[in-house]
Amino acid sequence: MAAVPNDLLTVVPRGARPWLPGVLGLAVVAVLLGAFFYAESEWEVGVLLAIAAALGLAAPRVPLLASAETAWRARPRLFAWLALLAALGLIGLFREEHLALLMLATALFHIAACMGLNVQFGYCGVVNFAGAAFFGIGCYTAAMLAGHAALPTALIFVLGGACAALIGCVLLVPVLRTRGHYAALVTLAFGVLFRSFMEVNDTFGGPQGVKLPDMTLFGWALAMPPEWFGLDWSFYVNYALLGLALVAGLFVLLSRLERSWIGLALDVVRLDETAAATFGVQLTRWKIFAFVLGNFLMGVAGAMYAVMIAFVAPSSFTLGDSLILVSIVVLGGVGNQWGLLPAVVIVMLVPEKLQFIQEYRFLLYGLLVIAILLFKPDGLLPRRLRRYGTEEAA
Amino acid sequence: MNDATILLRARGLTMRFGGVVALNELDLDVQRGEVLGLLGPNGSGKTTFFNVITGLYAPSAGQVRFADTDLFRASPQQVCRAGIARTFQRSRLCLPLSVFDNLMLGCHIHLDHGLLFNLLRRRRFEAELTRLQRRARELLATFSPALADRLYQPVGAISMIDRRRIEVCRALISDPRLLLLDEPSAGMTHDEADELLADVLRVRAGLGELAIVLIEHEMGLIERVTDRCVVFNYGRKICEGSYRTIAADPWVQEAYLGQG
Repeated sequence: MAAVPNDLLTVVPRGARPWLPGVLGLAVVAVLLGAFFYAESEWEVGVLLAIAAALGLAAPRVPLLASAETAWRARPRLFAWLALLAALGLIGLFREEHLALLMLATALFHIAACMGLNVQFGYCGVVNFAGAAFFGIGCYTAAMLAGHAALPTALIFVLGGACAALIGCVLLVPVLRTRGHYAALVTLAFGVLFRSFMEVNDTFGGPQGVKLPDMTLFGWALAMPPEWFGLDWSFYVNYALLGLALVAGLFVLLSRLERSWIGLALDVVRLDETAAATFGVQLTRWKIFAFVLGNFLMGVAGAMYAVMIAFVAPSSFTLGDSLILVSIVVLGGVGNQWGLLPAVVIVMLVPEKLQFIQEYRFLLYGLLVIAILLFKPDGLLPRRLRRYGTEEAA
Repeated sequence: MNDATILLRARGLTMRFGGVVALNELDLDVQRGEVLGLLGPNGSGKTTFFNVITGLYAPSAGQVRFADTDLFRASPQQVCRAGIARTFQRSRLCLPLSVFDNLMLGCHIHLDHGLLFNLLRRRRFEAELTRLQRRARELLATFSPALADRLYQPVGAISMIDRRRIEVCRALISDPRLLLLDEPSAGMTHDEADELLADVLRVRAGLGELAIVLIEHEMGLIERVTDRCVVFNYGRKICEGSYRTIAADPWVQEAYLGQG
């Protein structure tokens, strides 16, 4: 992609309400997403997808998207809050729908895991094809601790991340000493080994897996339907909110990380190791930082997911699942956290709704990857130039 | 030559790549605050010398002292912290990053990379950011006022000549004591090259005791800006002295200027 139009701010005519297209864009996305969860028959989903695709293709050709984007970039905080409100609205709308909420929560926990991958691969350029394994370590840690120790649930989440980060350190030496395809192979091997290990190990439940008891987070019974505002709620609403809180928190944290000297150091390590070293960047230190932080996030996401589905088995952490996480990151736009949102819908939720796709899942992924590489090599939402926040007016 | 005035001292520096001897028992001194021209035909070892000094290559033998630090086989990071900055012959900027980000790489060792500062103390971070933006803008403006207004454009969208200027600024902003410039004017016209070097010297005048080693093929430029020159051939130093001395030297004429 050539010069990113950096002067979008000048596109909006003065005197107009510059936030309006932004709110409109957000509303369209929220309505489409809501309709998507409501849709029951496959042809309804098909129509929605066609509408979304048509909008996606038409958007760059009409000025609306550019001005919506301008609005988002001009008031990032306002629109982040609005997006959060829209998500809460959707959760409220589907308060009784088990399936919709389960899908939403699953998507959110996977977004959180992909954010970890994004730190590793998108920021620092460290490839990791064992995402599902680190997610799985988080799941198993939660399962074992919940079953055998009386620890507070919040601590279990943190320990899930810590275990993933710690076990990931086993991989540090080979990951630091290899590059590109070789590093990919090292992590790939780890992912395959993890699943085999869990299958033969009876302590961790073997191939049948482990069940988790119902959990309580700071007095909040996660497995019980809440009784808020005198309405009927599905108990999955708890997990959808937990997932939303995690993702929102990580958004804040990682966008600060990106817009800081740490984010810059990680970028430079990815882009040019020689130049980075010449100006004193400790390559190893930053690669370790990104790898450990990424694995930690995947572990936390896994621990929360395990508490939700209350059952963990090795068959959920295959190489295919790792590839799904990577494909979400690549499809969304490497290094752009916002890109994960549309990508997770396409990669995880659409096949869930279109059952007949399930059989051809990998065939479709193949086609999707080829299409992306051909038409959108930078992903659906390519990463933008770094802005730290308080730039002087140019 | 007085020891106290020597900033960089290389003795018997040798770099072998298999059978090829790229630097052969090289003795070279850089004085504090001088501009030293490094000359020699292609493949005579000039860039190799830079790469050895900055830790990109580990020399096969010899000694390197910089001020009070031993830099023999030091890592690039140690060399940078000791106060040596460089530019590359083929520009090594991060094209997808903004001009400002690239300059901040030059500042890397002076920046606070603590988690607390970067993630939680955003006010303080932003105060530092504002200060550094002003600094970056001022430095760029010395070289080209137009460039200073393009602080937040990706380097990939900027012309090759301006990229050279950015690369020099990136090296200068790290506050080095020794600056290694590897053909900074490659691809520039004579006037542009003159201007670039004049700008570097202008910035240097405000910095105190910055020494510069300059690899350059343009003889007029060498004559105008350098205090002293060293000529390499086949990895050896064949001549040393003022521009007049080396230009008159028969060995240099044979090896470099092509007269024999």
